[in-house]
Amino acid sequence: MFDLSVAEWTALKLSLRIAVVATAWALPFAVAVGWLLARKSFWGKTILDGLVHLPLVLPPVVTGYLLLIWFGRKGPIGVFLHDYFGIVFAFRWTGAALAAAVMGFPLMVRPIRLALESIDRRLEDAAGTLGASSILVFFTITLPLALPGIIAGVLLCFARALGEFGATITFVSNIPGETQTISAAIYTFLQIPDGDAAAARMVVIAIVLALVALVGAEWLSRRATTRFHGG
Amino acid sequence: MAQPARDHALSRGMTVLAVDVEKQLGAFKLTVNFRAAGGITALFGPSGAGKTSLVNMIAGLLTPDRGRITLDDTVVFDAAQRIDVPPHRRRIGYVFQEGRLFPHLSVRQNLDYGRRMSGRPRDGSEFERIAALLGITHLLNRRPRMLSGGERQRVAIGRALLMRPRLLLLDEPLASLDSGHKGEILPYLVRLRDEAAIPMVYVSHTATEVRRLATTVVRLDQGHVAEIGGLELLAGTELEALD
Repeated sequence: MFDLSVAEWTALKLSLRIAVVATAWALPFAVAVGWLLARKSFWGKTILDGLVHLPLVLPPVVTGYLLLIWFGRKGPIGVFLHDYFGIVFAFRWTGAALAAAVMGFPLMVRPIRLALESIDRRLEDAAGTLGASSILVFFTITLPLALPGIIAGVLLCFARALGEFGATITFVSNIPGETQTISAAIYTFLQIPDGDAAAARMVVIAIVLALVALVGAEWLSRRATTRFHGG
Repeated sequence: MAQPARDHALSRGMTVLAVDVEKQLGAFKLTVNFRAAGGITALFGPSGAGKTSLVNMIAGLLTPDRGRITLDDTVVFDAAQRIDVPPHRRRIGYVFQEGRLFPHLSVRQNLDYGRRMSGRPRDGSEFERIAALLGITHLLNRRPRMLSGGERQRVAIGRALLMRPRLLLLDEPLASLDSGHKGEILPYLVRLRDEAAIPMVYVSHTATEVRRLATTVVRLDQGHVAEIGGLELLAGTELEALD
C-alpha cells in the first residue's frame, strides 16, 4: 500500500514546501503585529485586530476569492508585484503559500501576542539600566521570553497551512505539481471513479504527517519550557 | 580628561550626584533636592515617602516633570534644556528590590549581560574578582530559579557592578529577604562600600541597615527632604533587629 506514486510524492512534498514557506514568511509579520497589539495603543487598533482575525471567521472560499481579486493577474497588488518584483501568485505554488499564510496568520498572532503580554516589563527596564538599547532589549529579553508562545504560534500556523483547502483551491485552483496539495489531491481522487484507494492512501499520509507534527510540537515546547524551569 | 577630575572630586568628598526634581504622581507630589558624594548615601524614610520613584528618576525609568539631574559633570536630565538621557546610556547600575534576574539566562550570562550589551571585550579577572567578592562563584551555571533569595540579590548586585556603573542604585535590596538572609548580605555591601570606588545610593526604611552602611543620610518624608546629614539623623529612630 505504501509504494507512493510519483503524483502522491509530488503532492506530499508540495504540501510540506507550501506549509514551510507560508509559516516562515508569516512569522516576522506575526511577531510585528503581535507586538503592536500587545504593547501599543494607537488609532485603528481594533480594526487591525479584527482584520487579523478575519480569515479565522470568514468562509475560506471568501478569503480565497478576495486573494484572487487582489493578488490575481489583474488584481491591483498582483499587477504591482509582477511589474516591480516579478512575483506571480496566481495559479502558482507561491499563491498556495500566500493563501496558507493568510489562513494561518491569526492562529500564529494570538499565542505570540499572549506571550508578549505576559512578559514582566520590569525585566526589560532592568535590561535598559544594564546598557541595552530598546532593540537589544527586544532581541535579548523580549523575544527569548516569548519563545514558548512563538513556538506555539509557528506550530498552529504550520498545521493550518498543511491542511488548508478552501482558500487555496479558490485562489490558485488544483493543478497537479504546482498547487495540488494533499488535501486537493484527496478531493480530486474522490471525484473520479475507482479513486477511493488512492484517496485512502493520501488520507493515511495526512494522518501520519499530523501525528509527526504533533509529536514534534510536544518535544519542542517541552524543550522551550525546560529552558526556563530547568537547572 | 574627565577621569582625574572625578577622582579629585571623590577624594575631597565633593558632589558626585546632584538631584533637583519635581514629579506629580497622582495626588502625591515629590519635590526633592539633594547632593550625594562618594560612599553610600542612604535615602531613608517610611514606605510611601517617594524613595523608589526618586531612584527610578535617577536611573531614567521615570521622567521628572521639572528639574535637573547631574552625575559629575554629565547632565543626565534637564527639563529646561530638554535633556533626557535614556537609561541605557546613563551607566547607572540598579539593584532592584526583587532582583529582576533574567529567567532565561544562567547566572553567568546574567552577570555578563551588561558587558555584552556595551560590546566591551571579556575581562576574566574583573569577572572573577566580583564573583569572588560576592561569593557567587559556585552558582555561575545555575538558573535564577534555582537560587535562594539571598543568592539572587548577590547576583543582581554583581550584574550591576559588572556593567561598570558610575553610580550604583540599590532599592531596598534586602526587603524581600528574611532576617537571616539580610544578615548574610550586609557584610558584602560593607565590603563593596570599602573596596569598590563606586558611589552608591541606598534606599531603605530600616534604620539598622542604614546605620551599618551609610556615609550620608537623606531623610525623606512625604515626598520632601526632611533632613540631610550623617548617621546622627538616625538617633531618634527605633532599632529593628536584623536577626
